[in-house]
Amino acid sequence: MQTILSIGADALAYGMVLFVISIGLSLTMGLMKVVNLAHGAFAMIGGYIASYLTQQMGLHFGFAMLAAVLGTVLIAIPLERLLYRRIYGAPELTQVLMTIGITFAIIGIANFLMGPTLKTIALPPELQGPVDIGFRTIAAHKLFAAAVGIVVAGALWFLIERTPFVVRLRASVDDAAMAGALGVRTRMVYAVSFAVAIGLAALGGVVGAQLLPIEPYYALRYMVTFLVVVSVGGAGSIPGALIACLLLGAVETTGRYLMPEFGEFFFYLAVIAIVCIFPNGLLGRAK
Amino acid sequence: MKKLVLASLALGLMSGAALAETIKIGVVGPFSGPAALQGRNFQAGIDAWLAMNGSTVAGHDIEIVYRDLPAADPAQSAALTQDLVVGEGVHYLAGYYYTPDAMAAAPILEEANVPMVIFNAATSAIVNASPYVVRTSFTTWQTSTPMATVARERGIDKVITVVTDYGPGVDSENAFVAGFTGAGGNIVESIRMPMNTNDFSPIMQRVKDSGAEAVFAFLPAGPATLGFMQAYVENGLKDAGVTLLAPGDLTQEPDLAALGDNALGVLTTFHYAVSHDSPENQAFVAAASKAIGNPADLSFPAVGAFDGMYVISKMIEATGGNQDAKAAVEAVKGLAWTSPRGPVSINPENRHLTQNIYLREVAKVDGHYINQEIQTFENQGDPGWKAP
Repeated sequence: MQTILSIGADALAYGMVLFVISIGLSLTMGLMKVVNLAHGAFAMIGGYIASYLTQQMGLHFGFAMLAAVLGTVLIAIPLERLLYRRIYGAPELTQVLMTIGITFAIIGIANFLMGPTLKTIALPPELQGPVDIGFRTIAAHKLFAAAVGIVVAGALWFLIERTPFVVRLRASVDDAAMAGALGVRTRMVYAVSFAVAIGLAALGGVVGAQLLPIEPYYALRYMVTFLVVVSVGGAGSIPGALIACLLLGAVETTGRYLMPEFGEFFFYLAVIAIVCIFPNGLLGRAK
Repeated sequence: MKKLVLASLALGLMSGAALAETIKIGVVGPFSGPAALQGRNFQAGIDAWLAMNGSTVAGHDIEIVYRDLPAADPAQSAALTQDLVVGEGVHYLAGYYYTPDAMAAAPILEEANVPMVIFNAATSAIVNASPYVVRTSFTTWQTSTPMATVARERGIDKVITVVTDYGPGVDSENAFVAGFTGAGGNIVESIRMPMNTNDFSPIMQRVKDSGAEAVFAFLPAGPATLGFMQAYVENGLKDAGVTLLAPGDLTQEPDLAALGDNALGVLTTFHYAVSHDSPENQAFVAAASKAIGNPADLSFPAVGAFDGMYVISKMIEATGGNQDAKAAVEAVKGLAWTSPRGPVSINPENRHLTQNIYLREVAKVDGHYINQEIQTFENQGDPGWKAP
C-alpha cells in the first residue's frame, strides 16, 4: 500500500509537469492548426531567462517566473509576425520544416550565448527540500508544479468554455475571410493565441526545470514526449491533455519502479493502444 | 610504360621522404548537438597542446581537419572517416567520442595505413578492433573497478547498483559487481535504467526499499545527472546515510555548478580531475582554459585529446613524417610520460593507457565545486580487456 501511494504521488507530480509544458502545444496544434515543433525551444528560452535572473542577478523565483513568461512572449512576438504568420493554414509539411528550422536556430543561439552546460534555476527556500505528506515525503517543487498545473488547467478551461475568445479563434482558423468580414480581428486573435501558448511553454519550462534540466538540446530532447501527450490527449482538448499526462505519468512511473529494464516499453505500448482505440486522441474532435 | 610507372613511383617515394610535407590529422567528434561540450573539449585539448608545443613536429607542419559527428552514428562515422582518409588524405585519425563510432571506423585503418588515436570512447573491446588503434582516454572498467575497493575499505557490505542501460552502463555494473563480490561484498539488486529517464524518484524509491547501505551508479555525463542527484537528495537517501558511489562521469566539472550542494561529499573514481595538483596540470589547465574560453567548461575529454596529440607527435617523430601506420604504432608501445593527469604509459599488449585512478570527493573550495582527489590507485590497467 505504502509503495502504491508512493508511486501514485510521483506519477501525479511527473504528469502535472508534463501537462504544464504540453498544454500550450495542444492549443497551437488543436485550435490554431499549427504544428509548432519549436514549442520545446520556447520552453527552453523561458528556463534560460529564469535561470539567468535567479542565478546571475539574484532575483526572486516568483519574479523570475513572471519575467520568463513575459520575456519569452516578447521574443516570440516578432517571430510570430515575421515567420509564423506565413504558415497559418499552410500544409503540415511546410509547418514542420519551418518550425524545426526555427528550433535548430534557437539551439545554436542558446549554445552560443549561454554555453553548452546545464543551467539551474534557484528555488526560494519554501520550494526547496522535502515536504511531509503523511505517508512519505515529496519534493516541495513537485507539489508546486502540480499546483501550477491545476491552476493552468482551471484558467484555460474558463477561457475556452466561458469566454467568446475561442469562438473567434475557431472562426478565424476555419474561415479567416468570413470571420474578418464579421468583424473578428483575425490577426489579433492569432497573435494573442500564439502568445498564450508560448507563455504556457515558458511557464512549463521554468516549473519543470527541476525534472527536465535546461541545456541547449532541451528544445529537441523532450519534444517527442510533448507530441505524444498531445496526440494521446487529443489536440486542443484541455481535459484530454490532463488525462493523458496523468495516465502516461502513471504508466511510466510504475513501469520504472517495477520493471526499469523494460525501459520505455510500457509507455509506448500504452501510447499505441490508446491511439489505436482513439485515433483522434482520448478527447479529440473527429477530423 | 612499366618503366614510367616505376619511375614516377620512385620519384613519389623520394619526394615523400625528402620534402617536409604538412601532416594532416583528422579529428572526428561531436562539435554540435547534445554532446557539443565534449567536442569543444577535444578542440581545447588539441589547441592547448599546439599552444604549448608549437605546430611543427620534426620539421613537419601539423594541420588539424575537424569532422562533426553530433550523435553516436556508426554509418556516418565510417563515411566521415573515409572522407578524411580519401578526400583529405589525412595521415592520422583521432577523436571519436562514442564507442560505436570508433568501432565503425576501425576496419578502415589497415587498408588506409593510418593509425587512430582515440580521445574518449571507453569500451574495452575497441583496441581489439584494429592493431592500429591506440587509446589515450580510459575505459569504464578501469574507472569503475577501484570503487569496489573503496566501498569495502569503508565497511560497506550491501550495495545496490543503478546504471543507465547501454554499453558503458553495463560495463560499469559488471566491473563493480565483479570487484565488489570478489572482495566479499553483497549486491542486493542491480537496476538498469532506460536511456532517457527524466524522473528518478521511482528508482530512488526502489533503492530505499532494497535496504542497501550504498548505491553504485553510472550515468553518462550530461543533463540526466542533475535529475539523478536531485532525486537522491530529495528522496531522503542522502540524509538516511546511503552512500553514493560512482565513476567520475556523474560529477564531471562543467556539471558541478548545476549539481550544487546536492553533490557535496559524493565519492567518485576517475582518471582525471581538473583540480589535479601538479605543475604539468597547471600548465595544461592554463592553456586549455584559454582555448575553450570559459574555464568552467573544461572537462575530461580535453586531457584525452591533449595526451593524444602527444602520442601522435611521437608517432610523427618515429616515422619521420612517412606514412607508416605499423611503425608509428610500434613506436609508441610502452611509451611512458607524465600527463596532466599523472604518470601514464601505453600498455604494449592492448595499446591502452595504464594510469592512476583517483578517488575524489566533491568539495567546495573558494566558492567553486571541485572533484578533490583524496586517494590514488596507482598504475591501473584495463581489467575489462580480454586478449582477442
